[in-house]
Amino acid sequence: MQYLLLIYNNESESNARSADDKQAMYGEYGAFTKSIIESGNFKAGDALQPVATATTVRVRDGKQLVTDGPFAETREQLGGYYLIEAKDLDEARGIAARIPGAKTGSIEVRPVIKM
Amino acid sequence: MEAPSSIRIAAIYREESGRILARLIRLLGGNFDLAEEALHEAFTAAIAQWPTEGAPDNARAWILRAARNKAIDRLRRKTRLEELTQAELAEEPIVPPMDDDEPGLEDDRLRLIFTCCNPALGADAQVALTLRTLCGLTTEEIARAFLVPVPTMAQRLVRAKQKIALARIPYRVPPASELPERLSAVMAVVYLVFTEGYAATAGDALIRRDLCGEAIRIARLLRDLLPDPPELDCLLALLLLHDARREARLDPNGDLIVLEDQDRARWDRPQIAEGLTLLEHALRRGASGPYPIQAAIAALHARADRPEQTDWPQIAALYAALHRVAPSPIIELNHAVAVSMSEGPEAGLALLEPLEKREGIRGYHLLPAARADLLRRAARFPEAAEAYTTALTLVGNEAERRYLARRLAEALRATPR
Repeated sequence: MQYLLLIYNNESESNARSADDKQAMYGEYGAFTKSIIESGNFKAGDALQPVATATTVRVRDGKQLVTDGPFAETREQLGGYYLIEAKDLDEARGIAARIPGAKTGSIEVRPVIKM
Repeated sequence: MEAPSSIRIAAIYREESGRILARLIRLLGGNFDLAEEALHEAFTAAIAQWPTEGAPDNARAWILRAARNKAIDRLRRKTRLEELTQAELAEEPIVPPMDDDEPGLEDDRLRLIFTCCNPALGADAQVALTLRTLCGLTTEEIARAFLVPVPTMAQRLVRAKQKIALARIPYRVPPASELPERLSAVMAVVYLVFTEGYAATAGDALIRRDLCGEAIRIARLLRDLLPDPPELDCLLALLLLHDARREARLDPNGDLIVLEDQDRARWDRPQIAEGLTLLEHALRRGASGPYPIQAAIAALHARADRPEQTDWPQIAALYAALHRVAPSPIIELNHAVAVSMSEGPEAGLALLEPLEKREGIRGYHLLPAARADLLRRAARFPEAAEAYTTALTLVGNEAERRYLARRLAEALRATPR
């Protein structure tokens, strides 16, 4: 079964970190990603550019409505994701807890609908 | 003469439905809904057949077999409806064969409780699902016990079961590495079930008493199945010691009788003895955490034949220890009350003062109620009356309201004009 792990964090807090801290974080993400590739859980995963680069698109009455930024102002922003294969929610939860960002932000675990 | 079949079937439902459901859910690959429907149909069949054809020797095995067959029928009907688009669907529904070995049945009950108490479900949902599946309470009964409308409770149960199915919450006992953490979540649910039942007389009194009984039943079950952690013994001891006072806690009008005014002859002595023995063994085995401390406090109350024999200094020390393990303003409140009982009301009032400025407990009626009681003991009646009045504006429960009103009247009578 596949789960999407959505990584939320507070961008301004992340930006305020020292260069050394950021470097350490990259290292942790590298090691984590490697570990779930080796365990066979990894399907996909990426980090995202900050919300300042986000564009929201809607189509109403056939017309495209484009706005700058995300839909809503929130304390935490979507910063990246992993798509994983896990046998059940307990396993997915365990993997989510190992994402480095879980220590500062939060991880939303969403089961994927199998088409 | 044998009991009428309908009564016997109701008793079997009460006793066995949790076990049977636990087994069915596993046989049906974790499908709670299908298992519940099949169980319901099997009992319906029993009601129709047993009075005329006679009840089977092994009622549980009969119900289990009937429910499994009903589930297979349902799966077949469902596949036919779905037009058999895939070859695999045309095959016999995959339901493992029956196994009615006794020890396995208990393992299934354990799987069921750990699944119901999975932290991925909300606390409300965990409690509701445990009562519905493991204890066999109806949705209506659970709704009445928790003072929520039946559709709200039904919705809560549906959502929980949907999440189990769609997010694939596993039907299993967690591995040893996760067991301590998961077990403490299960114990928290058991404790919550108990306190809901114990909290005065809101809601349907009879059902609420049932909740206490159910919590004790689950605690016993857990202890039988997982004999290791002494904390389980402490939880069971705690529940038994509190529940032992049930007959003495309410007067004939359903009004609350506080601990010091209770007729201690009406306490359930055998149950107290069981609780004390359990606690003693558990403490010797090195139990830790909040339950041994709470149970030890309950034990000190239970050991006092008269209120004035209560070891208040020891209780005050235990509340201080409890506050270190599980900090909460309610525990601080209880600590202040215990201190007032051993060192005098003024000492307790001094401890309450900082609490009154604390967020999270302001607006909670027990704080002014406790202050009022201490002021009353200190013979500061006008202030006591004022605090009782504040408590009365905050209290939600009828029995407690009557208690506070009675105390307010006393304080007003004692106030010099």
